[in-house]
Amino acid sequence: MTETETKTKAPALRPTDATILVTGAGAGIGAATARALAEDGWLVAVGYGGNAEGAAETVAQIEQAGGRAHAVGGDIGESGAAERLVAAAQDELGPVLGVVNNAGVRADNLAMSLTDDEWDQVIATNLTAAFRLTRAVLKRAVKARYGRIVNVASVVGPRANGGQANYAAAKSGLIGMTKTVAVEVARRGVTVNAVAPGFIDTAMTADLPRELLENVPARRPGRPEEVADAICFLASDRASYVTGSTLWVDGGMGA
Amino acid sequence: MPATTTDVEATVNEALESFGAEAADINRDATLESLDIDSLDLAELSQVVEEKYGVTLKSTDAESLKTVGNAIDLIVERAK
Repeated sequence: MTETETKTKAPALRPTDATILVTGAGAGIGAATARALAEDGWLVAVGYGGNAEGAAETVAQIEQAGGRAHAVGGDIGESGAAERLVAAAQDELGPVLGVVNNAGVRADNLAMSLTDDEWDQVIATNLTAAFRLTRAVLKRAVKARYGRIVNVASVVGPRANGGQANYAAAKSGLIGMTKTVAVEVARRGVTVNAVAPGFIDTAMTADLPRELLENVPARRPGRPEEVADAICFLASDRASYVTGSTLWVDGGMGA
Repeated sequence: MPATTTDVEATVNEALESFGAEAADINRDATLESLDIDSLDLAELSQVVEEKYGVTLKSTDAESLKTVGNAIDLIVERAK
């Protein structure tokens, strides 16, 4: 390839039947993301663990808005689940060329008191499952020369938060994985990025003290839709040259 | 699908071309390095031959694969 060809090679555009899987899409950031991606033209596999009702609601909202979606359920922490979910999404919608690894759990405890189960559960769902889904989608995306992977990390990880050693380890791990996978597959038209949400108004943060907002320069919690917009951008063709990056969506918390 | 040398050669050549190697440069004696074939390409080739012939190529195999012919022979051998 000549230098000129390298310089002028146009980025691949998203195929019309491209499908993206959003995990944890029965509520909160995942549901808002699924809706936003559908509006942007993706066919959306609405992933859920226990919240089948929420996932059905997300699918209904997407369909009412004129998009296409299908709910795919399963415990993503189980071995083999990633490939099953992706295959199910592909059978129903189209080639799965994207994934938003959003599903996450918390099991907070001071490190001294953190049990093996609390550690394992958070790492399994927040990190290991994200890797397995990424791997399953990469096999298809690399072949298609087009793909979008967005990992939902957190301000916790890059920044400390007492009581969340497991969560911080998983989310930091996601950011490290994002960078490494990004450089592996960049030349195949596949981008891999992360978002790092701060204090977002969801069920996961409902029990957190509002005093925490004093640490947020914006002085308000973020809305799930504000995170969804950032994810949607990274998953779009507008972000074709953005890869390996982490976009902080945190009202200035990490600045 | 039977893994004849001819068939495997066609599969490998097609894959190498899709990775960006010039068709005119691809032959049994060409080194993978000269064709600019790297570890990601080999991982993708591995996926192709696994789907087509049920043959698994490991990342450690890459060290012994110097030429296109080496890759073809290894795949044919494993498919037996």
